[in-house]
Amino acid sequence: MKLSQVRDILNARVLTDPAGLDQEVLSACASDFMSDVLAYVKNQGMLLTGLVNPQVIRTADMMDMKCVCFVRGKNPDESLLALARDRDITVMSCPVRMYDACGLLYTAGLNGEGEL
Amino acid sequence: MDTVKLVYPVEGDDLIGAGEASSQMKLVLKRMGFPTDVIRRASICMYEGEINMVIHADGGQAEVEVGVDNIVIRMVDQGPGIPDIEKAMQEGWSTANEEARDLGFGAGMGLPNMKKHSDEMTIDTVVGQGTTVTMVLRF
Repeated sequence: MKLSQVRDILNARVLTDPAGLDQEVLSACASDFMSDVLAYVKNQGMLLTGLVNPQVIRTADMMDMKCVCFVRGKNPDESLLALARDRDITVMSCPVRMYDACGLLYTAGLNGEGEL
Repeated sequence: MDTVKLVYPVEGDDLIGAGEASSQMKLVLKRMGFPTDVIRRASICMYEGEINMVIHADGGQAEVEVGVDNIVIRMVDQGPGIPDIEKAMQEGWSTANEEARDLGFGAGMGLPNMKKHSDEMTIDTVVGQGTTVTMVLRF
């Protein structure tokens, strides 16, 4: 799924260069707990989270993710966005709750990676 | 290929900046042409190590040796040491503070994660003197 579709499905605002929206992700994950992302994520290209701090971007970077979407309308500050730009990670913010955001994307065909 | 040695200082008391050394190592490994999965495993090991150092030991030093068929990551600190390694290795056991938890860490996954993503991990620790965690990744 292209990140532009993700944006449309979640009614998200894109906070970094829109050129990144052309990229595709094959699966996604959702967590507010970065240690779990580091422990259990495999090749998911996108992270949905309600946690807003630079370590979210660093975690996504370690996992080679292309996109971070903040749920529940959360807005990151400029330092987080600068780090994301530096790491070529597209950042969005959507007004949807985590559970609903996952459901909307899953229904549209963007899966996780099944069991651990 | 000769062994390539990298050394990064890890600042204590800077949870926001923690991870910078891992990012730098990741870039170096990328430039050296390592496969994505090797780079990712090494990055996770060092990143968790960095976070641990900042939370528990007021920083320290990360030393990386890139050899012909392995990468050795050594996280060296002069912190308080680990009194009970067995407990520290249990998933979910943590002595991290509220600040670390607020950033999405500190729920007792750090050391288990480092062990999981490395092929070999040893912990040398002396209470009151410091800890060295050595991780070997083979490829």
